[in-house]
Amino acid sequence: MAYTEDDLKEELKDKKYEFGFTTEIESDKIPVGLNEDIVKLISSKKNEPQWLLNYRLKAFKVWQSMTEPDWAHVKYEKPDFQSISYYAAPKQKIELESLDDVDPELRKTMDKLGISMEEQKRLSGVAVDFVMDSVSVATSFKEKLGELGIIFCSFGEAVQEHPELVQKYMGTVVPTTDNFYAALNSAVFTDGSFCYIPKGVKCPMELSTYFRINEANTGQFERTLVVADAGSYCSYLEGCTAPARDENQLHAAVVELIALDDAEIKYSTVQNWFPGDENGKGGVFNFVTKRGLCEKGAKISWTQVETGSAVTWKYPSCILKGDNSVGEFYSVAVTNNFQQADTGTKMIHIGKNTKSTIISKGISAGKSHNSYRGLVKIGKGASNARNFSQCDSLLMSDRCGAHTFPYIECENSSAKVEHEATTSKIGEDQIFYCLQRGIDEEKAISLIVNGYAKEVLNQLPMEFAVEAQKLLEISLEGSVG
Amino acid sequence: MLKIKNLHASIEDQKILNGINLEVNAGEVHAIMGPNGSGKSTLASVLAGREDYEVSEGEISLNEADLIDMAPEERAREGVFLAFQYPVEIPGVSNINFLKTAINEKRAHHNQDPMAAKDFLKMVKEKAALVELDDKLKNRSVNEGFSGGEKKRNEIFQMAVLEPKLAILDETDSGLDIDALRIVANGVNTLKSKDNATIVITHYQRLLDYIVPDFVHVLYKGKIVKSGTKELALELEEKGYDWIKQELGETIEG
Repeated sequence: MAYTEDDLKEELKDKKYEFGFTTEIESDKIPVGLNEDIVKLISSKKNEPQWLLNYRLKAFKVWQSMTEPDWAHVKYEKPDFQSISYYAAPKQKIELESLDDVDPELRKTMDKLGISMEEQKRLSGVAVDFVMDSVSVATSFKEKLGELGIIFCSFGEAVQEHPELVQKYMGTVVPTTDNFYAALNSAVFTDGSFCYIPKGVKCPMELSTYFRINEANTGQFERTLVVADAGSYCSYLEGCTAPARDENQLHAAVVELIALDDAEIKYSTVQNWFPGDENGKGGVFNFVTKRGLCEKGAKISWTQVETGSAVTWKYPSCILKGDNSVGEFYSVAVTNNFQQADTGTKMIHIGKNTKSTIISKGISAGKSHNSYRGLVKIGKGASNARNFSQCDSLLMSDRCGAHTFPYIECENSSAKVEHEATTSKIGEDQIFYCLQRGIDEEKAISLIVNGYAKEVLNQLPMEFAVEAQKLLEISLEGSVG
Repeated sequence: MLKIKNLHASIEDQKILNGINLEVNAGEVHAIMGPNGSGKSTLASVLAGREDYEVSEGEISLNEADLIDMAPEERAREGVFLAFQYPVEIPGVSNINFLKTAINEKRAHHNQDPMAAKDFLKMVKEKAALVELDDKLKNRSVNEGFSGGEKKRNEIFQMAVLEPKLAILDETDSGLDIDALRIVANGVNTLKSKDNATIVITHYQRLLDYIVPDFVHVLYKGKIVKSGTKELALELEEKGYDWIKQELGETIEG
């Protein structure tokens, strides 16, 4: 049965997920199912060079030989990979130079998401790439960035315009053989974002991508590749939403960051995929591989605010290959109702004097389960490596769970690794204290939770920190019990 | 201002208050004393509206408005303030942000606009001086890492900012050294006016040297068993509570 506006209203009755609308845009969608022909079809639709098709086919072969991982602390019905359509593109001419040609329906979608491009352009100086279903629709601010030699475009465009860069770096941090979902993504990815910052250039604005799954029965498989050349800097933000649907949707992305000598990349995510309704029906499966490579003296900092998705499986990691390189991971993960999250990071210390910091704040409510899983690995050659990890869990109800799985592997005796963990229940005493000062319960929870997550929220660019705070509030409405 | 009639309350089926009658007028200071477990803190919690306690009988009104049906946050906005015996810590929430939220909630309740940042900061500065609160504590997380004395001073600081009609000080003197006690008492005395009232709950007469009560009540087994003026507190200090128990022995047991 078709999904109607009324269904949508019904689902949104509790106001918990406000991005659950669908956009009625004609879309070019290929038949469901996955085989070599589908992989070839995607590649030909994207008009790709032979080397990329070969890359996909190799990945597909690898994927066929792999089994879905089941070590994560999550339970879900495994997706049927033959019932997904692997390519859906809004049917419209893509005019990257002018936003005026964008389909009005699509523009409306952007407005609802709060990313009216012109507003963004004028007010915040944020360059936005918007990816709906599988295809990147518009990239703003391109010209201005171009003057500095910065390339910020859709992945598809990068393949056409800058094949040498894509070919050189793609798959160097997350190889096709890395894991089941990375292999799947490598075979069927349709678009995503590409960014290159030339030597010594400090990118003057936030670069931002919004991802949205719109069509029913589609998966979203995007790839992001950010290359910061020696001595450069950029800050990148991605946001994600999806319509509220009864069936589960699959999102399997790959993000690769490469920070060459002395470069710095700050990568922030506000993830708000549809989490499913209060009975645990529907929602996005978010199975994502994110990894960054640091050369000498480079720094990569991951910040994530995870409030959405039915199931999350995600470990943004840093390979600290170069001496004196730095990795950071700041995370707030909220789960409510029947959501499940297994998220954390890997810090792989290879170079000397490498440093890493992990701050993870889990918040569980309802009947949800929230797990931190992290690996700190100090290699033989990583003399004087330092790691500090802090993993806190906040419980909002009596029926939710918080779990911590920290792994430490240390092969160098000069390394220093610290791990701190706490678990606490949101205090009735804290709430009563606020009530007694005239602050109602919703506001009290929001104050307490935002205070708890402050260390992480402070890492976000200003305008997104505000958005993230609002998201935390909405996600936890009426959840103390 | 405050009228309590025949108040009975229990927690988890355990009866704590057994028919309290008390009337507090504007401009008055009442001290409530009594041995451990007599129900002093319960009375404070019930007045503030803590939901763990069940009121089975009786009436509480503040300026003719029924308090029992009011949610705790509404009572607060109507002017009930409880200085906690053990103020909780709220990590990551700055003291100043907390207070700003509180005062603007109260203002919204009374159909007033939120306070301008400049006015708010000016007021905060004045009120902090009143209890000699260290400037840096204003920007620290609520009560986090505060010493015992700092926590109590912070309570009185909040009270000064929120300007309640009825302030209830629940063993504010516990854990205070003599200097801190003097500062806290001085703050309370300065805030006293003909329009507000204060209930001081304490074990010791010492606090009452600084905050002089108009009336002293003795709470025992959930009832006010004796009332008097400040001389009663001196008598209690000297003799302890046993003589009252003996005096009441028959009537209470019977």
